[in-house]
Amino acid sequence: MTSAAATPFVDFRSVWLAYEGQDAFAVEDLTLSIAPGEFVAIVGPSGCGKSTFMKLATGLKAPTRGEIDVEGARLTRTLKIAGMAFQAPTLLPWRTTLDNVLLPLEIVEPHRSAFKRERAAYVERAKALLATVGLGGCEDTFPWQLSGGMQQRASICRALVHQPKMLLLDEPFGALDAFTREELWCVLRDLWAAQRFTVILVTHDLREAVFLADTVYVMSKRPGRILARREIDLPRPRDLEITYSEAFTDRVHELRERIGMVRKAS
Amino acid sequence: MAASRSRLESWAPWLLSAVVLVVWQLVCWAFDISDFIFPSPVQVARSLVEYAGPIAGHAWKTFWTTMAGFAIGVAVGVLLGVIVGSSRFIYSSLYPLLVAFNSVPKSAFVPILVVWFGIGTVPAILTAFLICFFPIVVNVATGLATLEPELEDVLRALGATRLDVLTKVGLPRSLPYFFASLKVAITLAFVGTVVSETVASNDGIGYLMMSAGSSMRMPLVFAGLFVIGVMAMAMYELFAVLERRMTGWAHRGQAAAT
Ligand SMILES: Nc1ncnc2c1ncn2[C@@H]1O[C@H](COP(=O)(O)OP(=O)(O)OP(=O)(O)O)[C@@H](O)[C@H]1O
Ligand SMILES: [Mg+2]
Repeated sequence: MTSAAATPFVDFRSVWLAYEGQDAFAVEDLTLSIAPGEFVAIVGPSGCGKSTFMKLATGLKAPTRGEIDVEGARLTRTLKIAGMAFQAPTLLPWRTTLDNVLLPLEIVEPHRSAFKRERAAYVERAKALLATVGLGGCEDTFPWQLSGGMQQRASICRALVHQPKMLLLDEPFGALDAFTREELWCVLRDLWAAQRFTVILVTHDLREAVFLADTVYVMSKRPGRILARREIDLPRPRDLEITYSEAFTDRVHELRERIGMVRKAS
Repeated sequence: MAASRSRLESWAPWLLSAVVLVVWQLVCWAFDISDFIFPSPVQVARSLVEYAGPIAGHAWKTFWTTMAGFAIGVAVGVLLGVIVGSSRFIYSSLYPLLVAFNSVPKSAFVPILVVWFGIGTVPAILTAFLICFFPIVVNVATGLATLEPELEDVLRALGATRLDVLTKVGLPRSLPYFFASLKVAITLAFVGTVVSETVASNDGIGYLMMSAGSSMRMPLVFAGLFVIGVMAMAMYELFAVLERRMTGWAHRGQAAAT
C-alpha cells in the first residue's frame, strides 16, 4: 500500500541513545524509514526502548549517535507537528472535555494566534472530531465524569485536533477492555483513512499491530534493536471480521514466533 | 436519611460550643471561681457588651493589620512558590533555607522589627506576613512540581514554552493547593498580628488583652480571645467557601457523594 520510495517522512540512520548518566545504550543502531502517511506499529518486550523510540522521533530526546531526518530535514529541536497519546489519558481535570481537546490549538501556531478570533470554528472542529469517536454530547462534561475508554477517546482527539502530520501513540489502548479496545481500533482506522497522517503505534498487542499497521517492527530486549520488519499486506479497508481470517492469524503467529525468538536469545 | 445526617453535621460545631459554654459556666458556679482567675462565659459576655465600642475599634485595627500582612504574604508566597516550583535547581538551593527560616519562632523577629520600624502597625503587619507566607510557598511549589512526564511530553511535542506549561497546566493544577494553604495562612496571620501587638503596639486586640491583663480585668482578656477566635474562624470559613467554589474539580469525590 505504501512505499518508502520517495523522500521518507521519518528517517532513522543508525541511531543510538544512552540516557544521561547511563553507560549502556537504551536503543542501538536503529535504522528505518517511514513513508508519509504510513501506519507503523512497534512491538517488543517491556523495557526494550519503544517509548524511547517515540521520544527520538519527536525530538524530545536527541540521539547520542546517528541521525534522524523528518520531512527531509535534520531533526534538531522538538517537532511541533506531532500529536501524542499515552496509556494514561492525562486529560486536565479542570477543563471540560471540549476544552481539553482544544488545548493544542491554544499552543500550536498558527492556531494559537487565531484562537480568540476563530474560536467558534475551532469549537466546531473539536465537536466534529469528538462526534466521530463517539463522544458527541460529552463536550461539557469533565474528564473525571467519563469512563476510562471515553477519556482515552478524548485523549486521541486532543492528539489529532491540530491536524498533525504525525501521530504517536504509546500503548493507547493498553488499559482498556477487549471490546472497547477493538472499537477504538476501528475509530483510529477510520480517522487515519480519512486524514492520512503518519502513525507510529507502540503496542504489546500483536493483533492490534497486524490489524492496524502497514508495517510492523519487532524490537529486541534491551538494548533495543530492530529485529524484524514485516509488511502487513492485508487488503484495506480492514474490517474486524478480518481478525478471524487465516491470513490474519498467520501473520500474528509469525510475529509471535519472532518475539519468542527474542526471549530465547536472552 | 443522608440529608438529616449532613444537617446534623453542619450543626455539630454549634452544639459542641454550646455544651462547652454551659459546662464552663457550671464549673465557674460550682467552684465559685473568682473572675480574676477564670471568668465565666456570662461575665465575658457582659464585658463584651460593656466594652463593645473599644473592642470593635481594636478588633478592626487587628483585622486590617492582619489582612495587610496576609496580602503581602500571599503575593510573596505565590511568587516564591512559582520560582521554587518551576526549577529543580532553585528548589534544591532555596528550599532548605526556607525550612530553616520557618522553624525560627516568629516572635523572635518582633524586637528586631521594633528596632527597625518602631512600635505600632508596621511590625505587626510584617510579623503577620512572616508567619503566613511559608505554607503558601510550599503548597504552590508542590502543585507546580508534580507534572506527569507524559503530559509534559504531550505539551512539548506541541512546541509549548515553559510559560505555556506554567499557565496552562502548572498554575491551574496548583490552585487547589493554593486555596488550601490560604485557609492555614489566614489563621497564622492572626497569630502573627496578635503576638506583635501584645509586645509592641498601642492598639489592636493584642494590646487590649495585654493592658486588660495587667489591670486584672480578666473578663475583658477573655473577650479579646473570643473576638480573635471569631475573626479567624470567619476568615477561615470564607476561604474554605472560596476554595470549594474555585476548585470544585479537585473535590470531585465529595461532589459526587452529596
Ligand atoms: N528517563 C530515563 N532515564 C534513564 N533511563 C531510562 C529513561 N527512560 C527509559 N529508560 C531506560 O531505557 C530503556 C527503554 O525504556 P522505554 O521506556 O523506551 O521502554 P519501553 O519499550 O517503552 O517499555 P514498556 O513496554 O514497558 O513501556 C529501559 O531499560 C529504561 O530503563
Ligand atoms: Mg513504554
